[in-house]
Amino acid sequence: MLDFSIMADAFPNLLKGAGMTGRLSILILLLGMMLAVPLAYARNAQSIWLHGPASIYILVIRGIPSLLQVFIVYYGLGQFSFVRNSALWPIFRDPFWCVIIALGLNSAAYTAEIIAGALRQVPKGLVEAAQALGLSWFQTQRKVTIPLAVRAALPAYENEVILTIKATSLASTITLLDLTGAARLEVSNTFAPYEVFLTAGAIYFCITTSLSWLLRRFEVRLSAGHRNEERRVKEFQPVLPGIPDH
Amino acid sequence: MTMDWLSGYGLQLIFGAVTMLSVALVALVVGTVLGISLGTAKIYGAKPLRYSAEAYTAVVRGVPDLIVIYLIYFGGTVALTKITGQYVDINGFAAGVAALAFIFAAYAGDIFRGAIGQVPRGQTEAAHALGLSPRAAFFRIILPQAWRLALPGFGNLAIILIKQTSLISVIGLEELLRASSVISGATRQPFLVYSVAAILYLIITSIVSWGFRNAGIRSNRGFA
Repeated sequence: MLDFSIMADAFPNLLKGAGMTGRLSILILLLGMMLAVPLAYARNAQSIWLHGPASIYILVIRGIPSLLQVFIVYYGLGQFSFVRNSALWPIFRDPFWCVIIALGLNSAAYTAEIIAGALRQVPKGLVEAAQALGLSWFQTQRKVTIPLAVRAALPAYENEVILTIKATSLASTITLLDLTGAARLEVSNTFAPYEVFLTAGAIYFCITTSLSWLLRRFEVRLSAGHRNEERRVKEFQPVLPGIPDH
Repeated sequence: MTMDWLSGYGLQLIFGAVTMLSVALVALVVGTVLGISLGTAKIYGAKPLRYSAEAYTAVVRGVPDLIVIYLIYFGGTVALTKITGQYVDINGFAAGVAALAFIFAAYAGDIFRGAIGQVPRGQTEAAHALGLSPRAAFFRIILPQAWRLALPGFGNLAIILIKQTSLISVIGLEELLRASSVISGATRQPFLVYSVAAILYLIITSIVSWGFRNAGIRSNRGFA
C-alpha cells in the first residue's frame, strides 16, 4: 500500500526541512522568552499603567489565530511605504524573519501568562521573609522568587515549547521550506501525499516526543528533594491547562 | 471605497465568518462525540482499546495541525481516487471539519477522562445499587456530572478550535482568513483587511469565552 521508496527518497529533503524547523523554533522561543519576562512582571504589577497594557496585549494575541498574525506581519506591513522605505525593510521582506517576529510575539503572550502565574504562586511569606532579612528587590527575585517560579512554570512551559515547534509549520504558508514546506514540495513533485506527509508527521512526532521526554526529566531533576513542591508543580495549571493555544 | 466595503468586501468577510463558524460548530459536535468516546475508552476500555486511545492522543499532540489537515485532504483525495477509480476532489469543508474534529477529539478526550474520573465513585455505586444498567448509569448519572467539571477545559478547546479554523484556508475553503486574503489581493490593502479580520476573530472568541464563563458560573450554582 505505502511506497517505501518514495519515503526514502523524500527523507533527506525532509530532514533539511526539519533543520529549518529547529532554527525557527529556537529563535522564536528565545524572542518569546525575552519579551515574556518583562511582560509577566508588568502583568503582575500593581500599577494599572503596567498591568493594563500587558493584559490587553496578552488578551489580543490569544484571541487571534497565529496564522493571521503571520499574515499581518508578512503581507500586511508591506502595505505601508514608510515600512518599505525604512532600514528594516530587508527584515520585513524576508519570510524567515517575519515568521520569527510573528510567532515570537505570539509565544511571548502565552509564555508571559505562564510566568506570571508561576510568580503569583510563590508564597508571600517567603518574599516577606527575604525582605525582613534585608534583601533588596533584585536579590529577592534572584534568590527566592525566580528559583521557585521556574520550577512551577516548567510543566506549562514544556507544553509551550512543543506548541511552538508545531506552530513553526505555519512558516510553510509563506513560502519557507521548513519540514511542512519541504513535505508540500515533495508532494507536488511525487503526488504521494500519504507517504510524504506520514514521513513528515513521524519526524515531527520524534522531535516533539523526545523533547517532551527530556524536558520532563529535567523537571523531575529540578524538583528532586522537593516532594511537596513536586506535587504542587503537578497541580499547577496555567490559565489554559495542557491545551494547545496556537 | 466605503461603498465597496459595504456592498462587496464587507459581505464577503461576513460570509467568511459564517463559513468559519459552521466549520467550527460541526467540528465541535463531531469532536465532542469522538472525545467522549476516547475519554471513556481510556477509563473503562480493555487494554488494547485503552492503549490505542492513548497512542491516538500522543500522535495527534505530537504532530502539527497543518500536517493532519494536509494528510486528510490530499491523502483523502488519493485514497478516494484509488477506491473509485476516477479522480475525486474532496470537499474542503468536509476535509476541514474531519481534520479539526480529529484534533479536537484528541485533546477533549483527556478533558473528559479527567472530568469523569473526578465524579465521586459513590455515584456509580449508588446507581448500581438502584439497579441501573452500566450504560444508564454512565449516561444518566456520570456524564451529566462530568459535563460540569469538563466545562472550563472544554470552553478553552472551543476557542482554540475557532482559531484553528483559520488553518483550513490552506486547502482553499473560503473561511474568514481565506476571504481576507482574497480581498487584500483585490484592494491591495492587506494590513487594513487583515486587521478587520483580526477584530472579527477577537470579537467572536471573546463572545464565546464570555459565554463559556457564564455557563460555568451557572453550572456551579448550588456547589460550594
